[in-house]
Amino acid sequence: MPETVRYRKERIDRGIKARSDTIYTLSSYRDMLYLLLPRFLPIAALFCLPLLMGSSYWGKVVFYSCIFALLALSWDFMASVGLVSLGQALFFGVGSYVAGSFNFYLKWPIVFTIPVATIGGALICTLLLFPVVRLRGVYFSMVTLILPLLFDHLIETLEILGGTHGLLSLTPFPNHWLAIYIAMIAVVGVLFGFRRLINEDFGLVLRGIKDDDRVVMAGGINIYWYKAQAIFIASAVGCFAGALMTHYYQFVGRSAFALDNTILPLAGAVLGGPGSFAGATLGTFILVPLSEALRGIGGLRMALYGIILIAALAVLPEGLFHYIERKYHQFERDVKI
Amino acid sequence: MEILIYGITNSVTLALMAIGFSLTFGISGLANFAHGAFFLLGGILTWIFIHQLGIPYFLSALISITLVGLLGFGLYWGLMLRLRGLAINEVIATLAAAIVIIEVLRYLGFSGFTYVLPEFVKGSVQIGESWLDYQRIFLVAIGVALIIFLYIFTHRTKIGLSFRAIAQNERTAISLGIDSDWTAALSLSFGSALAVVAGLAILPLGSIDTQMGYDILISALAVGILGGLESIPGIVIASIILGFGQIIVATFFKAQWQTVVTLAAIVIILAVKPSGILGKYKELEERV
Repeated sequence: MPETVRYRKERIDRGIKARSDTIYTLSSYRDMLYLLLPRFLPIAALFCLPLLMGSSYWGKVVFYSCIFALLALSWDFMASVGLVSLGQALFFGVGSYVAGSFNFYLKWPIVFTIPVATIGGALICTLLLFPVVRLRGVYFSMVTLILPLLFDHLIETLEILGGTHGLLSLTPFPNHWLAIYIAMIAVVGVLFGFRRLINEDFGLVLRGIKDDDRVVMAGGINIYWYKAQAIFIASAVGCFAGALMTHYYQFVGRSAFALDNTILPLAGAVLGGPGSFAGATLGTFILVPLSEALRGIGGLRMALYGIILIAALAVLPEGLFHYIERKYHQFERDVKI
Repeated sequence: MEILIYGITNSVTLALMAIGFSLTFGISGLANFAHGAFFLLGGILTWIFIHQLGIPYFLSALISITLVGLLGFGLYWGLMLRLRGLAINEVIATLAAAIVIIEVLRYLGFSGFTYVLPEFVKGSVQIGESWLDYQRIFLVAIGVALIIFLYIFTHRTKIGLSFRAIAQNERTAISLGIDSDWTAALSLSFGSALAVVAGLAILPLGSIDTQMGYDILISALAVGILGGLESIPGIVIASIILGFGQIIVATFFKAQWQTVVTLAAIVIILAVKPSGILGKYKELEERV
């Protein structure tokens, strides 16, 4: 009697997940491909993108996407500590203004202004937000929403740092490619750095603070210190983005504190799916080109971000990335029984 | 004398801006970031009713208060109900709603000197050295009346009592037969309607500018943070402090320094007592 060959469907991640989740052993090239492809394909695509675009208009859009991806990553990092910021524009603006004023008043070259803006700006932001780390939830969000708008008013009314005109004719990057690849390396580095960091012991404490801060306190850990460190890391990334943008535009003005710089990263992170960092990056890389393509509708762009935010929250609260990830793990193959 | 007069009107203006926000937040814990947008929308709707449709002033004011109130109710029932419990998503959603409303209004061009709401009574009166227009007197009267009305409303009427019940302990309130979703939706609707009332009182002092949608929100948040978001007496105290502070600084230094007063007040209060001057309910939870 001939034996009939029968097949059943099996999810391809079963074996790999069991091997790779805890003990880090991969058995075949297939396993490795399964894990590595979704990581390396997008990165390779990202690095090829500017070569395809050249320094055309869309090449600039790639650069903007990287800048906003950095801001979205910074938002996502704060959010995974339970600090939901509605003021990414604060980081962006402080970074821009620090880099801008060092370059404008002291004539420092770019190699110094950007690191100084990153570290110094992060220090300023952390000191500004330090009184607020005792708050959580909505209260923290409110304060972060107010701060950049108040800074905007301050610069406008006190006529400091260039006032309404801003600081003009700053040093540009030597060429377009340098700027765009610095931004890209930063995005990839921050993305994987954050993903690693949040799974280390340090990140474990941070996620603990998000889930239940009182339990973490009961464990004898000073959560304010941890929150301050998280704000420092996140704001350093935001300030770096601001400093890059300043030198790319060769201009810094009150628009650095505008609500756009808050809403776009926020919309990107919520659309892509908060909590995974990759989602935030994915979301901004969808939204920024989309909004550039829709430049024709002008003032309605902000309204569009709002609509996307509401739709993402109401329809797909888990976010695009988590949805895609789930589907990817559910690929099935036929297995011989 | 001038300081006293302008300080009082400024304080009442701030209190009017903040009171609807505070009402909604105090009851349903919902931070309605669309508050400024509703304020603006109410003013513009009234303008449209008066100038485009030719409806008399008081009727159009009533209609726009009702409409925005319904919109607030709809916002809760259509959107917030899905996100209930996730405080952060609620905040993001209301902020997004605010941006949609304000930016669409901006796109339609409702800004500038054409868009002026009528004053209740024209003219002004001289008090000592300074002139005071009747609109500002009405504004103070409306503000004081609203605060008294809200106090009586939340302490004497059935709906008001159920509002406070939900605020104090939602589960106990539910077990006593109070529908918490319904009450929260009503509270958002009331808060939005109050925003329009404030708009009708404040907007005649100048022309409508879409940027106000954000500025009002900032003022409301600043007053709320200073006074304790859910406490109406706290709102009154905070607006008196901020109102007089701004006027005193504007008189003795420069008008531009008013923003600094707001910023400094917020930073100081957050460092000393994060739940605000009279904030009590959330003290333990928020001040971890």
